[in-house]
Amino acid sequence: MTELASYNFAYLDEQTKRMIRRAILKAIAIPGYQVPFASREMPMPYGWGTGGVQVTAAIIGPEDVLKVIDQGADDTTNAVSIRAFFQKVADVAVTTHTADATIIQTRHRIPERKLSEGQVLVYQVPIPEPLRFLEPRETETRKMHALEEYGLMHVKLYEDIARHGRISTTYAYPVKVAGRYVMDPSPTPKFDNPKMHMSEALQLFGAGREKRIYAVPPHTDVVSLDFEDHPFEIQRFEQSCALCAAHGVYLDEVVLDDKGGRMFVCSDTDNCEDRREHGHSGEMLAPSKEAAE
Amino acid sequence: MNDTPLFKVSGVSKFYGQRIGCKDVSFDLWPGEVLAIVGESGSGKTTLLNCLSTRLMPTAGSVEYRMRDGQFRDLYHMSEAERRFLMRTDWGFVHQNPADGLRMTVSAGANVGERLMAIGDRHYGNIRATATDWLSRVEISTDRIDDQPRAFSGGMRQRLQIARNLVTGPRLVFMDEPTGGLDVSVQARLLDLVRGLVNDLGLSAIVVTHDLAVARLLSHRMMVMKDGYVIEQGLTDRVLDDPREPYTQLLVSSILQV
Repeated sequence: MTELASYNFAYLDEQTKRMIRRAILKAIAIPGYQVPFASREMPMPYGWGTGGVQVTAAIIGPEDVLKVIDQGADDTTNAVSIRAFFQKVADVAVTTHTADATIIQTRHRIPERKLSEGQVLVYQVPIPEPLRFLEPRETETRKMHALEEYGLMHVKLYEDIARHGRISTTYAYPVKVAGRYVMDPSPTPKFDNPKMHMSEALQLFGAGREKRIYAVPPHTDVVSLDFEDHPFEIQRFEQSCALCAAHGVYLDEVVLDDKGGRMFVCSDTDNCEDRREHGHSGEMLAPSKEAAE
Repeated sequence: MNDTPLFKVSGVSKFYGQRIGCKDVSFDLWPGEVLAIVGESGSGKTTLLNCLSTRLMPTAGSVEYRMRDGQFRDLYHMSEAERRFLMRTDWGFVHQNPADGLRMTVSAGANVGERLMAIGDRHYGNIRATATDWLSRVEISTDRIDDQPRAFSGGMRQRLQIARNLVTGPRLVFMDEPTGGLDVSVQARLLDLVRGLVNDLGLSAIVVTHDLAVARLLSHRMMVMKDGYVIEQGLTDRVLDDPREPYTQLLVSSILQV
């Protein structure tokens, strides 16, 4: 009996992985520069992280431990399906604990816990070009990157202040990497921008539909653009997490009913669970079993 | 006026395959001088303007520009980065259709401020103050600063485009039919404004137009083009009052009289 057709390790064939790795190496060598690559069709729709999945597939090995998050959560559809995908096609260990993971694929958040050397953060990017909404021509934006003409990026921030009195861009906030390329940090909240600066972990960005890969190597300057009289600021939350009472973390607002009831909870579920295990409890946390008995 | 020219053009030709765009054009332009290029449509005016402003590479010829340090540089041998820097600081380009020269989806203030931000101005308050000042100089009410140009009339858009170009204090401005598509009263106002600005700022300008009245009002000197060749050039009043070439005579006598 002949062997049934099966997938190569981590779904992609070796030549494809090799092509993607070359793009990744080039991206690391030129921090913030968008490297074109021959993005493949993946068994999931565009917008579900086809770029991130290809980057992860190209770098993952049998010993890696994978964590996948979607808006900070390990248990939402996108995260669960991508995690299951790699369990199936690469048979790798998976985890939800940030500290245990070697590769973290993320959609729009950086874990609250500080990443360490040896970890790789893979971002799923929908639109890699920070200048796109102001300059629709790709030929022109490439030229602007090449000649370092980034005045237009400040036009966007100017518009924000003119309309709202402050820089109202809250996500996909443009950054300058290593003093050269302006980069879109994918739609992460600007709350996470400071975490990219001088990060110990390698950060890789994959845009599947737009066929671009870019990277921020460890220990690289990542500076958020701003004006002298309107400096960059991250979001601040008055509340603390309703479940783990954490302060200074990124919170999601959850609407509870149609009478104005709402709660603020950690966007990073792993961090929240970890804090609760260590005895922190917020005002809306259900009493534990022992206490109820 | 200065003794050395600002802009030296010699033998500029542009061919589109076998067809002539413009052929063997040479002239000098001095600081503070306004030169009009007139001719019927298809005569090569815009091709010539695009070649001079380096938006188009000519087939032959050279254009030298006196930089702020007094050195002449050959525009076609500069690097693209230098050329683009020159275009957004020391030069201006006013398009016939304001939508080509403006960003229609950002506010008037940002349109004026873009060049400032491009050369490194990073203080919002200063940028806005400069933009406000320029809007009033081109007679746009300053409470329109946060409106997008698409909410502006044709004449206002054209004035906004002029403000956007002049904000960095350029020494040379190219204009392609600046009054095209505007009605006569708006045209008159715009011409008045441009004439005032050119005088106040000591600008040099190269204006392409098919409207001889625009040439008469704005320019000191004019060139008449036909089929890609410059057939006559001289002081504006001389050319218009005493045209020598048959074609120029035809052009001057074709003006409709009310």
